Amino acid sequence: MEVLVVFLPLLAFLIAGSIALFGGPKATPSAAGHGHGHDHGHDHHAHGHDDHAHHDDAHDDGHDDHHAVAPPPTSGDRAAQFVTSGAVLLSAFLSWLLFFDVAVGGHPRTIELATWIRSGGLDVSWALRVDQLTAVMLVVVNTVSACVHVYSVGYMAEDPQKPRFMGYLSLFTFAMLMLVTADNLVQMFFGWEGVGLASYLLINFWYEKPSANAAAIKAFLVNRVGDFGFALGIFAIFVLTGSVQFDAIFAKAPTITGVTFHFLSWDFNGLTIACLLLFMGAMGKSAQLGLHTWLPDAMEGPTPVSALIHAATMVTAGVFMLCRLSPVFEYAPSALEIVAVVGGLTAFVAATIGFTQFDIKRVIAYSTMSQLGYMFFAVGVSAYGAAMFHLFTHAFFKALLFLGAGSVIHALHHEQDMRKMGGVWRKIPFTYAVMWIGNLALAGLPFFAGFYSKDMILEAAYASGSPVGRFAFALGIAAALLTAFYSWRLLFMTFHGKPRMEKSVYDHAHESPITMLIPLGVLALGALFAGIGFHQWFIGHDRAEFWGKAILALHEHDSIEAAHHHLPGWVGIAPLVVGLIGIAAAYIAYIQIPSLPATFARLFKGLHQFLYNKWYFDELYDALFVRPAKALGYGLWKSGDGALIDGVGPDGVAAATRDIAGRASRLQSGYVYHYAFAMVIGVVLLIAWLSVFG
Amino acid sequence: MTAVFPDIWPALPEIFLAVAGMALLLIGVFRGDGFTRPVSYLTVVVMLLAAILAMGYGAGRVVTFNGMFVMDAFGVFMKVLVLVSAALSVILSLGFNEREQMARFEYPVLMLFATLGMLMMISANDLISLYVGLETQSLALYVIAAFRRDSAKSSEAGLKYFVLGALSSGMLLYGASLLYGFAGTTSFDKIAALFAGGAHASPGVVIGLVFVLTGLAFKVSAAPFHMWAPDVYEGAPTPVTAFFAAAPKVAAIALLTRVLIEPFGHLTAQWHQVLVATAVLSMLIGSFAAIMQTNIKRLMAYSSIGHVGYAMVGLAAGNQDGVRGVLIYMALYVAMNIGAFAVILSMKAKGLMLEQIKDFSGLSKTNPMLAATMAIFMFSMAGIPPMAGFFGKLYVFLAAIEVQDYTLAVIGVLTSVVGAFYYLRIVKIMYFDEPLVVVDKVEDDGMTGILVVTSLFTLLFFVAPAPILNGAAAAAAALFAG
Repeated sequence: MEVLVVFLPLLAFLIAGSIALFGGPKATPSAAGHGHGHDHGHDHHAHGHDDHAHHDDAHDDGHDDHHAVAPPPTSGDRAAQFVTSGAVLLSAFLSWLLFFDVAVGGHPRTIELATWIRSGGLDVSWALRVDQLTAVMLVVVNTVSACVHVYSVGYMAEDPQKPRFMGYLSLFTFAMLMLVTADNLVQMFFGWEGVGLASYLLINFWYEKPSANAAAIKAFLVNRVGDFGFALGIFAIFVLTGSVQFDAIFAKAPTITGVTFHFLSWDFNGLTIACLLLFMGAMGKSAQLGLHTWLPDAMEGPTPVSALIHAATMVTAGVFMLCRLSPVFEYAPSALEIVAVVGGLTAFVAATIGFTQFDIKRVIAYSTMSQLGYMFFAVGVSAYGAAMFHLFTHAFFKALLFLGAGSVIHALHHEQDMRKMGGVWRKIPFTYAVMWIGNLALAGLPFFAGFYSKDMILEAAYASGSPVGRFAFALGIAAALLTAFYSWRLLFMTFHGKPRMEKSVYDHAHESPITMLIPLGVLALGALFAGIGFHQWFIGHDRAEFWGKAILALHEHDSIEAAHHHLPGWVGIAPLVVGLIGIAAAYIAYIQIPSLPATFARLFKGLHQFLYNKWYFDELYDALFVRPAKALGYGLWKSGDGALIDGVGPDGVAAATRDIAGRASRLQSGYVYHYAFAMVIGVVLLIAWLSVFG
Repeated sequence: MTAVFPDIWPALPEIFLAVAGMALLLIGVFRGDGFTRPVSYLTVVVMLLAAILAMGYGAGRVVTFNGMFVMDAFGVFMKVLVLVSAALSVILSLGFNEREQMARFEYPVLMLFATLGMLMMISANDLISLYVGLETQSLALYVIAAFRRDSAKSSEAGLKYFVLGALSSGMLLYGASLLYGFAGTTSFDKIAALFAGGAHASPGVVIGLVFVLTGLAFKVSAAPFHMWAPDVYEGAPTPVTAFFAAAPKVAAIALLTRVLIEPFGHLTAQWHQVLVATAVLSMLIGSFAAIMQTNIKRLMAYSSIGHVGYAMVGLAAGNQDGVRGVLIYMALYVAMNIGAFAVILSMKAKGLMLEQIKDFSGLSKTNPMLAATMAIFMFSMAGIPPMAGFFGKLYVFLAAIEVQDYTLAVIGVLTSVVGAFYYLRIVKIMYFDEPLVVVDKVEDDGMTGILVVTSLFTLLFFVAPAPILNGAAAAAAALFAG
């Protein structure tokens, strides 16, 4: 069953990939129907907003082609959609069975598949480690993936390359499953890189768009920084414990806390360094502050991709990795403190950026980043259960929000700018309703999913008692306020107020097809009940039995335990209060007094610019890394390669050859006595040479 | 010492050639120039018959004519090579000579006598017979270089060749006299026995050897004794150039090899440096000076200087593998050289010969077969696998590396790169430039045959290299056995 769960998506990918490669007549990638439709939507965003009129005209033209040219789905398309969706649906169903057997029933197991590498002390095998942690991830990944697969059938109906898209989605699912079922760090790294590849391919799915190319390359490069850290971390762990297999590492971890690395006359605690390097990998994949810049840009990909990869699953791989390695991190408290600080800062910074953005997908992307920050600082205060629980609930409501946003974008003809939406809630009531549910869950209103997990995280952070925990708590509360504000800002700007789009677009706005609504409904159920239904297992009194040995929190670190017992009453209510304040503020600013935001932006121009420009991270990196690297490369190219290597090498040799050739042929004067002289000189020189050296 | 009638059988090819040559001369005198074509055909037949006679010699080393003449497997290999290339050169000249009104019956006969000299060089086993063979060859060559008496360039070429050839002969004779003075004998066998016995190589012997080597280096046009070659190659009628670049080179290399390995095989330390110096200089001049040439015949002259340099790399190794490499190199060199000259001789527009490199422009469009053939020879000369030329270079460089002469091998490879430039430039001119003239079709059957055979040989040598490799190996072994 475990094998089926993991390899069904791979099989589906292979079939869909074959269909994409060999099946049927291929539509050209730049076919008018798809190309125009998407390009306009994104162009608005990419080029700013000063030439709307022009774009809108083009947009209307595109609109008409859109339905006329959209190719009818071929049998190959149908087969690819059926195979991939069917495989992942089956996989999801089996995952739930596994979840109840492994996690709820308490039967963790490991299945050896094959030996991979056996070289000296390095012994790596392909094995499926299905314990409680994995079971949770299996459920999350496969459920969301199944929803997204089905949703994509509707969402991508106008795209000429459906089999390729479905194949990539299945490839991603397979890689993600390899990651979460890994029994050793090397296999995890395989999955890690696999999801990175799938992410790259899917961000760049519309590869004729330069902005998508740039975003994909950026995602790949920034992740490379993180992966570099991850790889070094694996090496460090291997040096410290002599193994990459989890059980062996975990057994060894308590005994090596005092080991140091000697580097450039400094001594570092080996375990702390290893954990920080691993965390660097997690930062890259999970878009934590510093390595986060790729995530908002990754929204260039199709919306289902954003929902699956860049919200629900792949970006949470870092959190999963840290929880998986909790038996190691527990012995590196300094590393945990850094995790908590970075997580708290990420939660706050992302929220501040989120409430100034206008692109609906970017708002949700920053929200995702912010929520990931919550998960990390939960890990940082040893509340692994809470982190995993938030991962679990967040997957449902964030995927719901993204797919809901996708439904809006679909309805409004690929418009993503919230300033050009508004007043459509009557047109798309179902989408409107599920967006409400998603936002209520995100803001953490009672009995919605986020309420249980987010409150637990904040309480645990406070209860941990450490200065770092308090710091993270303060940032978390601030972020909660901003979260509620930008969530309702999104709702109000999108669905309420006066319609701000072209009239024709408004008239054409329509509810999405049933294949898109069913996944929304399923995820809405998750957003409604994932918290209330599971919190006893994840973070409640049953958590010790539920997690078993999958998670280790040393008793003195166990902040969840502390949160259950000694906690001032106000801490529990604070998140709810600030959430309500945020919602109220959004109501005032966007419904009551719509001129207010503009006034604020004018009054605090500097601050607004700072936030709107995302704290100038991109500009900073551009100045710090990109430009120097480019200058260095340019310099090496022009002076190093061009002047030095080419000049002395190929060009220089060619010039010298020409010069020598000229001289050599000038020797040939045509006079016999010159020739005779050369012969005599030759003989004399040879004899002289032999007389001296011979 | 009683006069004993010598064993003439080992010299059968030479005797046959000499007799046949005189007979052809008589026929020519009686039938006149109108009978040139039959005389040429007969010359070819005689040469090929002589080759068969040489091949029929069998194995083993026989010394005859009072130690003057030697015959062995090495001689067989080289004689066959010389005879075949000479025969091909005669065929090459037919059409040209008739077109250029120089079809006289003396021409094939002179080539026959030159070839006779070459065979004697190959079998020389004494400084005296060496000189006699060399001069027999050279005198005939001087004449055919200036065969077109009405052309100033041809006369100049013949005269230059003669004057410089005389100088080199003088040097060679001077060296021979020094050797005789210091070694006390002119016989190769006795000289070899002398040094094998551990005799000290006095400065006189060394200087004499250098002078002899100088004379031979002139004949193979190795630098710095190469300067006649470009002028003579350019000035002489093209079929003569083709002949010069093939048969005499093979014979002179054979003689050089025999002299170095047999009588002076124990003085390797002395002559090694001379060979290295001339090989390096030849490779450098052959590759660099060729770049600026505009005349294809001059280019081929430098090319041949370079090829001699490569062959001498193998010879400098001084061992059996090195000699085998030289023999393979010369066999392959002759094939592609004759082929390349066949292309050059086919390059004519409206009956006029084309000699400039730029005339090859766009040949691939006006005569694709001819261009493809030339491309094969150029790739082969540049040493690009799987063409034959690659294997030639491979074996000589391998020999150099075996004796740890890395400098020589590296210089050889580097100059090959430079050489590749001008060889490939011709390919580029043929395939990428626009045609300037429309080249006539090749109508001569003999020429077509040579083009087909040599290009297929060059292209497909790697399919069945065994005959040449084994022959060369046997020949090299014979030289070292004696």
